This record gives sequence, structure tokens and C-alpha cells, in this order.
Amino acid sequence: MKILIIAEHKNGTLAEATRELFGLSLGQAEIHAVVAGEEVAPLAEPLGQLGAAKVHLVESPALAGGTGESLGQALGQVVPQIGPDVVLAAHTPQGRDLAPRLAATLDAALATDCIQLGCEGETVTARRPIYAGKATAEVEFTDDSLKVITVRPRTAKAPEPDAGRSAEVATVAVELSEQKTALKEIIAGGGERPDVTEAAIIVTGGRSLGSAENFSIIENFADTIGAAVGSSRAAVDAGYRPYRDQVGQTGKVVSPQVYIACGVSGAIQHLAGMRTSKHIVAINIDPEAPIFQLADYGIVGDLFEVVPLLAEAAKNRNGS
Amino acid sequence: MNIFVCIRQVPDTTTRIKLREDGNGIDEADIQWIISPHDELAIEEALQLRDRQPGSTVTVLSAGPERVTDSLRMALAMGADSAVRLDLPGDADSATNARALAAAIGKLGAADIVFVGKEAIDDGAGAVGTMLAVRLGFPSINVVNGIEYGEGSVTCRRDVGGGNIEIIETPLPAVISAQVGLNEPRYATALNIIKAKKKPIDTITADELGITEADRKTRLRNFELPPPKQPCRLIEGSPAEQANELIRVLAEDIQAI
Ligand SMILES: Cc1cc2nc3c(=O)[nH]c(=O)nc-3n(C[C@H](O)[C@H](O)[C@H](O)COP(=O)(O)OP(=O)(O)OC[C@H]3O[C@@H](n4cnc5c(N)ncnc54)[C@H](O)[C@@H]3O)c2cc1C
Ligand SMILES: Nc1ncnc2c1ncn2[C@@H]1O[C@H](COP(=O)(O)O)[C@@H](O)[C@H]1O
Repeated sequence: MKILIIAEHKNGTLAEATRELFGLSLGQAEIHAVVAGEEVAPLAEPLGQLGAAKVHLVESPALAGGTGESLGQALGQVVPQIGPDVVLAAHTPQGRDLAPRLAATLDAALATDCIQLGCEGETVTARRPIYAGKATAEVEFTDDSLKVITVRPRTAKAPEPDAGRSAEVATVAVELSEQKTALKEIIAGGGERPDVTEAAIIVTGGRSLGSAENFSIIENFADTIGAAVGSSRAAVDAGYRPYRDQVGQTGKVVSPQVYIACGVSGAIQHLAGMRTSKHIVAINIDPEAPIFQLADYGIVGDLFEVVPLLAEAAKNRNGS
Repeated sequence: MNIFVCIRQVPDTTTRIKLREDGNGIDEADIQWIISPHDELAIEEALQLRDRQPGSTVTVLSAGPERVTDSLRMALAMGADSAVRLDLPGDADSATNARALAAAIGKLGAADIVFVGKEAIDDGAGAVGTMLAVRLGFPSINVVNGIEYGEGSVTCRRDVGGGNIEIIETPLPAVISAQVGLNEPRYATALNIIKAKKKPIDTITADELGITEADRKTRLRNFELPPPKQPCRLIEGSPAEQANELIRVLAEDIQAI
């Protein structure tokens, strides 16, 4: 079995979610990687050290400032040349955009956002969440078409790079037609803090914060532990946080190692976005709040009192 | 303009999911069905666009069994001009749904723009819109939370993670997937819901769309409910003790910080 990993990168570095794909249990499969963009050759070395037997470089200036359309077109040409059985990408904004394009272009089977993936011999098994994480289901591939699969970030741990390994490197040419979509501008947001979809720890505040200013309590604590700041929809609707921080069914779906919900009641639509978090901590003044039914650890208390103490305790620990 | 909206019918978010005995699906007996929330944004966007462009029509499509006519009626009650059901099984996969929708749009006339939702909240695949665009040969822009309409083109704002936003322009026709923030979907009034009950809803069969079971590429099986949660461990003590203990748990037991 030949598996092709689509390597996502930014500023010359591989995305962590791509590195994690090499940590999946892929059995004896022959692992290839494809990396598309401008000046991507230096990425062959880290990909080899992660376990790629062969790295395919797709160089085109059009891919640098392009949209999903150009990447989709490029890989639509390249993938058949490489001829894998499975194409793997991370379920990041880029992967979510690319996978269906590729699957439709190549008449492939598609399974997105998988949280389990295994390869044994010629058999691929994938499991994905459905109904916003209220259940999971196995994806049966009903024919032997190419399979395009995206895997939810943090599903596997990225392996340690092995400096002794290296990949064979090949260059693949693509011919891109004139693109219909044009990327006009990228507005950088965010600043220093990680995005909720990428962070290992998220500290989320709810309506009970009462104002945008009060969210500084959440931010301070998040910053001391390197966490992202999340928000319930009620806090977004009240104007305390930008929409991009919203976790839930109509916000972002996250799966961090630790999710710390402060003054969040735990409405079903909120749980839909975070129920697959590895460890859930709830801080709520109301012992009956539904969030405690999902939480692993709980503090019944006033967040205005507890959260600053958490920041202090974390700082003391770091300092010692 | 010829405006199309694709909507998916999904279980209401508050539904308790029960599995079928054979484990290969869910028990649909007590489910309340709704239009997937992002698809309501897609409908709203289509209605607002139509109202700005005299002579435009909004056609709503949904692929699924008989039950999806209720959701199509709801879209009519919101203000859509016509609604068509594509007669496919409820468990059709993304590839099949995309093919069917593309065939239907091909039949119903030259589309200027097609709105879909960012993802449906049942399968959460986020796939059908993009696959549909490929089938139609249209460009697509996903996860859009703002649109400016130009002459024969649109400029979209889209979320790309990390708090970053892309501004992308595309000529029409195109497929646009709606993300929260795009608009505030209107409610259908009781009167319009009653009126919509009388409106005809056309059905196109799988045969007419040229869809067969061979178009299927995946099927979901062996459904599982999440394992029961261990009860929450409440951390006791004074606020300072609680804080110290939680930080210790994070650092030592979970080794997260
Ligand atoms: C179609 C639909 C989609 C939705 N999508 C989302 C979504 O994506 N994300 C989302 O979050 N919601 C979503 N919602 C809204 C959801 O139903 C809830 O209304 C929302 O999550 C509540 O936010 P909250 O927990 O901040 O506020 P509340 O429910 O008001 O809860 C506040 C909590 O804070 C606690 N509290 C108060 N004061 C303190 C204090 N001093 N210290 C500690 N605790 C305190 C209270 O006990 C309470 O539990 C959606 C709803 C619908 C209908
Ligand atoms: N059966 C269907 N009928 C009509 N539109 C659909 C159907 N399934 C998905 N869609 C559209 O495609 C979007 C993405 O769905 P999904 O790929 O299932 O997450 C939805 O928000 C709908 O707009």
C-alpha cells in the first residue's frame, strides 16, 4: 500500500498537524509526501526524517499567492502520477478545502475529519465523529477507488525526527491554467496567542465574564500556560470576543489536550465543539451546571476569584 | 439572477442520539428534523441577494428521503421561490449527493450562484459544496463570512484559521459556502409557514439524475456512542488550594503544562 501525505507548510516550516500524520499507525505502508509551493525543496529533509520514503516537490510560483483552487489543480495533476492508494491530509482549513476538491476531481472516496486511522495490509479503516461528536462511525470504503482522508489535528503524536533517515526526492512539474479565484488580501489577525484549533490547551470564558475587559482575566491565565482563549457563543454575541474564538456547533470544533471552561454552562451546542477534548476542566459557580457532567476535573467557585489564582499558581510553578 | 441553495436536513442539535440495533445507523424514531444551521445562512444570503436584484429567483434543493420536504417547505416559508427534492436515500455519501445536486442544477437552468453551508452538523464533512463545484466546473470559496457583490463577480471574506482572513474574488457562476457571521437568518412567520404548506414541491428521481448505487464510495457502519464519562473529580478547599491543586494536576497528572 502506498500512502501519500500532503505536507502543509508555512514560512518554511511543516505544520504540526502534518507532522502528526506520520505518527499514525500506518503498518507497512510505503509513505510518500508531496509538498507544493515555492522553494519547497528544504522541506524534503524534515519529511524524510519523519519517515517519508519519497518526497515529491511541486514548485510553482502560482502556488505561493494562490487560493485553494491552484493547490487543488496542482495536486489533481500530481496525485495520479504518484499513484497512491490513500491520500492523507490534516483536517486544517487547508486540508478541508483541498480534500473534497481532490476527491471530486479524481473520483476518489472521501473521509474527512477522521479521529482514528489504521492500515493493515491493503485494508484501511477510518473512524470519524458524527452528530457533533455524539457518536462515531467507521467509514467503509465500498469500492477500490483512491481514498482521500483528512485526519483531525492531535489525533496522533508527531514522531521524533530521526536524523539518520532521509527520503528520495523527486520534482514533479505541473501546468496550471489561469485561475478563476484571486487572493486579493490576507488580513493577519490573532497576534501572539495560538488559535483555538491549533492549541494544546484552551481556556474558554462564557457570558458570565460580563464584559470584554473582564476577559483579561482569562487572557492572563491563558498566557501563563501558553493556551488559546476560547469563547462561548453567548460571550461572542454579547461582543466580548471576536467570532473566531467561538467554540461550538456554529463555531470551531476543537480537540485540545486540555479544555478549561470558565463560567460556561455547557449548553449542548457548546459541547458539540469541545466534547472530544482529552481532559476537560470546568470552573463554575453553580454545582448543577451541565458542564460538570462532561468535565474530568471541576472547581465549584467564582471564576473572578479562582482564575487569577490559577494564573498565580501557574506562574509560581514556572518560577520554581 | 438564477440563485440556488442546497440544504441538508439534520437532527435538531438537542436530539439524544440512539443507535439502531444493528449498529449501522441511528434510530430515527423520535428525531426532530431541522435545516442544518449553516444552510439557513445560505438561504438568507440567497434571499437578500434576490431582493437586491430584480427578476432573480431562489431555488432550494435538498437531496434525501420524503421527510426532507418539511425542510424544503420551511425554506419556502422563509421566502424561497421554489423547492425541489432529489430522491436519494438519507445515507447517500458526499460524492453521491454532490453528483445529484450538480445534475439537478444542470437540469434546472443556468445557475449564476450556488449557496451551501460550511458543513452539515450531522456528518460534519464540509465536503458536498466543494465537490459540487468541481462537478459543475465552478470555482468555489469556502467558509465565507462576508460577501461583496460586483458586476458578474463576488469578493468574499473567509476564515482560514489562526485568526487570519483571506479576501478572495471570483467571477460568477460560483459556489459559496456560508459561515456564521455572514448574516442573521430570518425566521419564517407562522402565516408563511401555513402558506408554504400548500406550495408544490417537485421531486427529481435518482434515475432522472443518472445516479445509481455504484456512485457510492463510502458507507458509515459500526456506529458507537462515546464511552460513559468517569464522574467529574471536584477539587475542594479554599480558592487558593483549589487553584494550586488544579495547576498541580495539569502539570503532574496530565503533564500538559
Ligand atoms: C443553533 C444554535 C447554535 C449554537 N451554537 C453555539 C456555539 O457554537 N457555541 C456556543 O457556545 N453556544 C452555541 N449556542 C448557544 C448555546 O445554546 C448557549 O446559549 C451558550 O453556549 C451559552 O453560553 P454561556 O455558557 O457562556 O452562557 P450561560 O448559559 O448563560 O452560562 C453562564 C454560566 O456561567 C456560570 N457563572 C455565572 N457567574 C459565574 C462566576 N462568577 N463564576 C463562575 N461561573 C459563573 C453560570 O452558573 C452558568 O453556568 C447555539 C445555540 C443554537 C440554538
Ligand atoms: N443531501 C443534501 N442535499 C442538499 N444539500 C446538501 C446535502 N448534503 C450536503 N449539502 C450541502 O453541502 C453542505 C456541506 O455538507 P457536508 O459536506 O455534508 O458537511 C451543506 O451545508 C449543504 O449546503
